Amino acid sequence: MESLWPQIEPLLAQVTKPARYIGGELGAQMVEHRCDAVSWLLIYPDTYEVGLPNQGLQILYEILNERPDAVAERSYAPWVDMEAAMRAAGVPLFSVENHYDAGAFDVIAFNLSAELVYTNVLNLIDLAGVPVRAVDRTIDHPVVMAGGHCVFNPEPLADFIDCFVLGDGEEVVSEINEVLVAFRTAAGRAAGASASTSREDMLRALSRVPGVYVPSCYDVAYDDTTGRLAGITSKFADTPDRIEKRTITDLGEWPYPRQQLVPLIEVVHDRLNVELFRGCTRGCRFCQAGMITRPVRERPADQVRTMVSAGLERTGYDEVALTSLSSADYSGIEETVTGIIDDPSCSGQVSVSLPSLRVDAFTVGTAAQIQRVRRTGLTFAPEGGTWRMRQVINKLIREEDLYAAVDAAFSQGWKRVKLYFLIGLPTETDEDTLGIVALAKQCVAIGKRYHSSVAVTASVGGFVPKVQTPFQWFGQNTIEELTRKVYLLRDAARPVRGLTIRWHDPKATAAEGIVSRGDRRMGAVIEQVWRNGGMFQEWSEYFDLALWTDALEANGMTLEDAVYRHRTEDEVLPWDHISAGLHRDFLWQDWRDALAEHGLADCRWTPCYDCGACTGYGVEHVVASAVPPAGGSQGTGQDLSTGGQVPVRFLSTAPSSAAPVDGPADTAVALAGEGRS
Amino acid sequence: MRIRFRYSKLGKIRFTSQRDVARMWERAIRRAHLPIAYTEGFSPRPQLSFGLALPTGAESLSEYLDMALDPMRVAEDGVDLDSLPAELTVLLPEGLDIEEAVEVERSKVSLQQMVTSCSWTMRVVGVSRDELAEQASLLLAADTVPIMRERKGREEMDDLRPSVLALAVADASDNLVIDPSGRTVGLVAELSTQPRGVRPTELMRGLIAVSGGSSARSIDGAPTEGASSRIPVLDRVCRTQQWIECDGLRQEPLLGRVVPAGADLAMHAMERAS
Repeated sequence: MESLWPQIEPLLAQVTKPARYIGGELGAQMVEHRCDAVSWLLIYPDTYEVGLPNQGLQILYEILNERPDAVAERSYAPWVDMEAAMRAAGVPLFSVENHYDAGAFDVIAFNLSAELVYTNVLNLIDLAGVPVRAVDRTIDHPVVMAGGHCVFNPEPLADFIDCFVLGDGEEVVSEINEVLVAFRTAAGRAAGASASTSREDMLRALSRVPGVYVPSCYDVAYDDTTGRLAGITSKFADTPDRIEKRTITDLGEWPYPRQQLVPLIEVVHDRLNVELFRGCTRGCRFCQAGMITRPVRERPADQVRTMVSAGLERTGYDEVALTSLSSADYSGIEETVTGIIDDPSCSGQVSVSLPSLRVDAFTVGTAAQIQRVRRTGLTFAPEGGTWRMRQVINKLIREEDLYAAVDAAFSQGWKRVKLYFLIGLPTETDEDTLGIVALAKQCVAIGKRYHSSVAVTASVGGFVPKVQTPFQWFGQNTIEELTRKVYLLRDAARPVRGLTIRWHDPKATAAEGIVSRGDRRMGAVIEQVWRNGGMFQEWSEYFDLALWTDALEANGMTLEDAVYRHRTEDEVLPWDHISAGLHRDFLWQDWRDALAEHGLADCRWTPCYDCGACTGYGVEHVVASAVPPAGGSQGTGQDLSTGGQVPVRFLSTAPSSAAPVDGPADTAVALAGEGRS
Repeated sequence: MRIRFRYSKLGKIRFTSQRDVARMWERAIRRAHLPIAYTEGFSPRPQLSFGLALPTGAESLSEYLDMALDPMRVAEDGVDLDSLPAELTVLLPEGLDIEEAVEVERSKVSLQQMVTSCSWTMRVVGVSRDELAEQASLLLAADTVPIMRERKGREEMDDLRPSVLALAVADASDNLVIDPSGRTVGLVAELSTQPRGVRPTELMRGLIAVSGGSSARSIDGAPTEGASSRIPVLDRVCRTQQWIECDGLRQEPLLGRVVPAGADLAMHAMERAS
């Protein structure tokens, strides 16, 4: 392959932020492509600044490049000015390391973290010189892959992606590579590993890898009278009817990224990131991430410490984020953060951030300690305005919890507090909506006890029902209804000094809803939006709802049917053949429980609800402590004496904090013996 | 204790901004465990002071950075100025190379305020060597060279002429201007930085203005429709020197490197492909 740099370089004088396209990050691997190695181009379909920090792609980048039979490079969506310059100059999409032509790679693999990037995916395939529709590709074209949270409903992109990969990628990426060595490398073909050079055979072989979904290996049937999806079934005996996600059982075996990329320009999350654990079992019913990443698997505390200290030393960052879906729930979180900030090699200049705080005073205490170097604002996510609403969504935070947390924050010196809420939730009444202002107003009042001037921001997002969650059957609120609720909030908040309401555009919420739960026919809509110029739809300056509604109409669909309609229990859902491990009847029961305003406690510290995520895969929650953190799960101070067997496996090297606060140190060992195996 | 560094910025990294470079330095300093002094207050920052900002996209042989060290920690750990450039260079991204590190006196005036002019070497496309030479002499002969400049987000008319201290077509054998494609012409200039810094892109507008062209858009690399072949467009820019005045002498900001005012533009023989 030949570097396109001489053609790219003259374009960079004409574009904004040219350093997006030069590579050169610390940790970038200038790999040499070889005839016996499968070449992967890992693409984040948004700008460099948004995509570079993505930990999933960085993990796969390292795992692939460690293999003798694989090489991996990276690419991102060029900004509109660069894309125009590239198309005018006939320059295709390229990798940022070697500046190689994307179309010359064996695999181009996308991370899908948000639905509104789908049109960018089509654009990037096209910019790579690859036919946008999978059926038009030959054996000479790259295999187009996608992974990430959005692939739990792959159907809207099924016409464009050759294969989807479900769940944790650490193991399956190597299994896929082994299949491709036979088909894509000269060495593999010469070795006679595969006599076939047909793309169909290659995709068939990929479809046999557990966790891989190849849409072309499945038949889609529609009901003649209703036009609704009737079923998606495997065409072949050796491709599964239901594709199960992949789950790594021990995060401790995967201390990646080992060489986190340090970009030359400022990016989002520009800091060292260390993943504390994967999965979350709080069971918030609106939260897709929490549902599809179960069970909880903690990283051993000593490995966290090593990754932090080695990472800071290697990168020169002065901030580390301890990431996961609910970082404060990590066993021994206090000891972990104290260990970092007290580390003498950090000269007291390192700040630690927890991207998600639990709503309780206890957590604020930890936050006060760890943000002692640089203190910005604190963010809490009560999500719902009333206790009733929070029981529906299973975010079991009492008003007292929130007020105690906010009181702790203001009393410990913070002057800015941000609160996250959702509107358009199931069963929501105006009383629930206005409860948001009532809560926020009280928070301002608490702040005034400590400071003359405080700022409370309530950030309000419109709820989009997500697949593989109990709310997947719920009909999304209309644009008009969400807009009405936004104005309701805005008007109620206006007289409150110190309170600001921010909201997400209800039109963008609607567009997200169009793509989230669509079936394979939604592909035509996405393609039309792209062909009509709809790129960077998650960027408000480029988002255009009319593109989406026009495309829906042109394809005989409506917002009413695609987005606003409640799904029924007996309806075939487009993602029924895709499994995140959760039993459909568990999700349905949880949906009924939601409507009955019945909350469920975190299953990490209570008996199993049999959602299917652990039992189906023979895995368990991996935690260092069987005792919920102080304050209790969800900050509710829930009754911890529920008894019963706790379905957890304990880390072999428990952190010092693993000793339950209310019992002898060996309780954990005893409990472990009783745990399900 | 205050250390002044001179470093170069060459190759692909020229597409990063001044702010980006500042962050690269901060990370390298932490990796080197340099006993740097931090600002006081709620949000301590390392005490770094850069010379005049380099436009994104321009290369440089003469970037400067002043760094304050914590005297207590220096006394404990010591700092070896001779080995420091090499030690720090390996911790900086490719394309940033530290040439010198010298201890300097603490000054009330910042490095940025002290610099009075900069020397630039440019590669220009869109004009022949003769055309460019003619434009340069027209500019030097003019009493005023009004150009549109952006100031605080507003376009306003400004006279470029007083800021152009020297201007000439470069010797074609100058390593900095050698272009394998042969389509560019070398240009060297000394541009004043007081009261406002003049950028090489603005010099291009001045050349267009004196040769009767419109200065509306020549700098974006996309000549306007119907433009003559006489529109000079920057292909490559390199800052070769920053100058300060000291006791009436023009000199580079590191001690012991005095150059008499008006001396010919010194050319560094240096070729670095990007």
